[in-house]
Parts: sequence; C-alpha cells; structure tokens
Amino acid sequence: MSDPSQQFVADHVKGLPRSGIRDFFAIVAKMPQAISLGIGEPDFVTPWHIREAAIFALEKGITSYTDNLGLLRLRREISSYVENNFGLSYHPEREVLVAVGVSEALDIALRAVLNPGDKVLYHEPCYVSYSPSIVLAHAKPIAVATSAKDAFGIDPEAVAKAWEPGCKVLMLNFPTNPTGGVTERAKLEQLARFAVEKDLLVISDEIYSELTFEGEHTSIASLPGMQERTIFLHGFSKAFAMTGFRIGYACGPQVLIEAMMKVHQYSMLCAPILSQEAAIEALKNGTPAVEQMKEAYHRRRDLIVRRFNEIGLDCHSPKGSFYAFPSIEKTGLSSIDFCKGLLEAEEVAVVPGTAFGESGAGFVRASFSTSYERILEATNRIERYVEAVKG
Amino acid sequence: MTTVLQLLLEGERLDTAQLASILNQSEAEVSAELERLQAEHILLGWRPVFNPERAQGELVRAVIEVRISPEREGGFDRLAARISQFDAVESCYLMSGAYDLLLFAKGKDLREVATFVSERLASVEGVLSTATHFMLRAYKEQGHLLLSPTESGDKPAVSP
Ligand SMILES: Cc1ncc(COP(=O)(O)O)c(C=O)c1O
Repeated sequence: MSDPSQQFVADHVKGLPRSGIRDFFAIVAKMPQAISLGIGEPDFVTPWHIREAAIFALEKGITSYTDNLGLLRLRREISSYVENNFGLSYHPEREVLVAVGVSEALDIALRAVLNPGDKVLYHEPCYVSYSPSIVLAHAKPIAVATSAKDAFGIDPEAVAKAWEPGCKVLMLNFPTNPTGGVTERAKLEQLARFAVEKDLLVISDEIYSELTFEGEHTSIASLPGMQERTIFLHGFSKAFAMTGFRIGYACGPQVLIEAMMKVHQYSMLCAPILSQEAAIEALKNGTPAVEQMKEAYHRRRDLIVRRFNEIGLDCHSPKGSFYAFPSIEKTGLSSIDFCKGLLEAEEVAVVPGTAFGESGAGFVRASFSTSYERILEATNRIERYVEAVKG
Repeated sequence: MTTVLQLLLEGERLDTAQLASILNQSEAEVSAELERLQAEHILLGWRPVFNPERAQGELVRAVIEVRISPEREGGFDRLAARISQFDAVESCYLMSGAYDLLLFAKGKDLREVATFVSERLASVEGVLSTATHFMLRAYKEQGHLLLSPTESGDKPAVSP
C-alpha cells in the first residue's frame, strides 16, 4: 500500500534504513515503568552555574544571531580548552566553528568535503547517524568492523584492507558509542601513517574524550602531520551534561572550516546564542563538575561490567564513555530478540547491538548513566532472564 | 579504590547488600566498615530528609545566635556542649563573627521556642545574649530543592 506522496521523497532518503530499532524504541516508550539502560545521555542535569549563565544571558536580552562561526569569546575559550586538553592549537578567528551539536558539525563536515560517489571509511559498531550522514552527503559508507577481542579499538590492518580507490575520508570516534572502545597510541600512529599514505582526511568525533577512565586520551590530530588533514569535532553534550543545549564545535585547517562555514551559514546560520553563552561558562568553570560526574560514571562502570561478567555475559571494560557492550552470544538469541524478550519478561530496556551496525550483532548496549540502584536491579533482572533463556 | 564512605556521600539510599555489590566486597566487610565509621564517630546516624512544610507542618524552627563568655580552660567547649544537650537544639556550631554559637532549634509552637530561649537558654550561666530568628519558609533542605525540584522532563527512555 503505497502512499501517493511517496513519489516526492528523494531516492537516497528513501534508501536510508528506517532503523529496525525505531519499532523497539516505540515499545519502550509505552512502558514508563521499565528500567531503561537505553539512554544515550547523562543522567545528570547540566551543572547549575552553566544553566545560570544561560538564564543571565536571557535576562540581559541576549537573543540575537551571532557571527556564523559563533561568538568570538566562545571560540577563544574553545581554542584554549582544546590547546590545554588535547595539545592542539587552533586560531579562534579562522580555525574554529561553533555548531548545533557534534551532530551538525559532522553533517556539515561531510557535506563540505564529499563529492558524489566519494567513499568514507568508518569503524563499526558506531553512532547511529554515521552511515546515514555519509549517504545524505551522496557518498558511500565503507564500514570497518571492530571486535571484542580488540576491546573495540580499531585495527589499522583492517582499515587498510577495507580501503579502496575513491576513499577520501576516515571517520573516527574514540571513546566509541556504543562500545566504549579506545585505540592505543601506537595503533593511532599506524593509522595516521596510513591516512598520510592514502591522502585521507580524518574526521575525528571526540565527544566522549573527557570520560576516559584509563590512560590518556590522545587525539589523532595531535600526531605528526595530522592536524592539517584532520577535522576535530567536540561538544558539550556528554561531559558537561548539556545535550538539550545542542552545542558543539569543529576545529580544523582554515580552508576546511571556511568550507564548512558556507554550508553552516546557509543551512543553520549560527548556533543558538544562549547555548553559546552557556558553553562559555562550561569551559571557564565546568571542569570540577565534569571530574565529579566522571568519577560517578567510573564507579558505575566497574559495577555494571562486573555484574555482566558474573551473569555470564562476557563484557570488556569500556575505557571511556558511559556504555557497556556485553556479548549476549551465549544465550543463543539475536540482539533484537534478546532485547525484546528482556523487555517483555523483566521490563528492562537495553539497545540491540545491531542498531549500531551489523558488526554489533551478538551484543547489546547498556548505558550506565543511571543510579546504582537501577543498575543493581536491572542487572539482577537480566540475570534472571538469562537463566530462564538458558533453561 | 572506592570506599563505603565515598558511596554514602554520593547520597543514594543503599542497603548493606547493595553497598557490598557495588564495592565488590562481602556484606560482612561492609557491615564491619559501617561499624567502624560509627565507632569512630565519622558516621553519626541515619536520618531521612523531610520536607519540613509537608512532614512537620506544625513544627516551628528557629536559628538562635548566642554570645557566651569563653572560659579560661576549654574556651567555648563546655558551655557549647551543655547548650547542645537541650532537646530543642538540633544543631549547634561555633562561629566566627559577631556572635559565638549558632543554634538550629525547634519547638511545637512559637511559645515553646520562646520559653526555651528565655527560661532555659538565656539563664545558663555564661550566656551573655541571644537573638532568635524564626524560619518562615524552607526553599532547600539538605541539598533538596523544595520549590522547583529538578524534573527529568520528557527525556526519551531510549536514545542513540
Ligand atoms: C559518538 C557521538 N557523536 C555525536 C553525538 C551527538 O552529539 P551532539 O549532542 O553534540 O549532537 C552523539 C550522541 O549520542 C554520539 O554518541
């Protein structure tokens, strides 16, 4: 039964998967009593001093557009924050662009650099929007699977194997949503050499970088020869618990920022000024709150990972982010069946690994951005469910 | 390593079994640690936090500034300890500034608090003066916002 309006939808949009899990999300939405480990955002509210800065700005009547690139005051703060925390130096006037979340930054980066038919390498399982964003930029996504045996870090050899003529961009996200994977420095260096060799532009989404629990986070942009071929994306949603503010940024070579700015200026004009004001406050004074939240995530991570392993669902310890990614292979169920069954039998929501790409099959994502009590109760219920399934 | 104390300070209500599970210790170990904290007067007790307007609506609360004369030995300690003994006194602190002790006091009505101040407190030898301020309304109680509690709003139950 096809709706006559269907004819108006563009082919490449028609072709986008409607994402099987939307149906699953719809079921969860109708069960408010369920314990959800499906939430991809902090359970903390934005620290008050940041909210207060937005209120103060609103009271002062700060309600206008801003420069397309964002408030210069904010770009200066970003520039020094990125310098201090990532060892990268970007000129605030030419090499920083403030966007409506990393979501928009990613979209305009892809649209600014891709010609129809270009190919983009990215690692999977990954954030749900990567592949569709590439398709929407009329390019071809090439997934490189990461695996539990590497704790979902990237294997440079696998990237080399997946490469084919026409590859222009390599997209990276460490720590990774949904696996919490990170890539050790030696492998990043190998990857960087590969990018230089194949003349690839790297788009690096480092939105979870502050939430790195072990080891130092290294940005690939900081490796020799990389800054000139990397677009560094970062934002406020995760570490500062500011998802609803919709604010993020891109740093990169002037020419690329200029190109992104064109797309941004004609599609978005600028990021909301109140969110920009809040972001300034976050960068100036938000670090203690970030540290405190990180410690809480760290403790919760240790708990949930231990519980999954006790239950018999093998789970590597994610080095960053607030997601655990246990294997459910031993239950013999597919990811989606596991999740539907769990929801039905025990009213606990986790996200099927396949929502994040085919290589997520056999896994589920459980967010530990929730209270101890809920983590304990949810994992107890999962234990009961797993026993029942095993019979 | 996370300690029992750190977890308690986070403020989530957890029983011994839950604490043990989070810390990956046995319940016996957690119980022993709780006992140690109590024995060393680090953990003084357990009390629920109530909204005073709703749970103790009739109760009158006051803060009382007290000036006392320090003693040659022990300074303010003896008098402060003595004043702290009264049931009407919920908390008692030595302060810097214009007065010495700050008391948080309660009573079943205004008269009871007033009687306590004039007949009990002011008559303690060494108390030089008192100033009593009655609480009119609570907006925040031990970290909990009363007028505008934080709401989770329409946060979706599952998000990417
Ligand atoms: C890897 C990754 N990138 C980007 C985003 C979107 O971030 P923002 O809120 O800044 O648009 C998310 C949100 O879940 C994410 O997990």
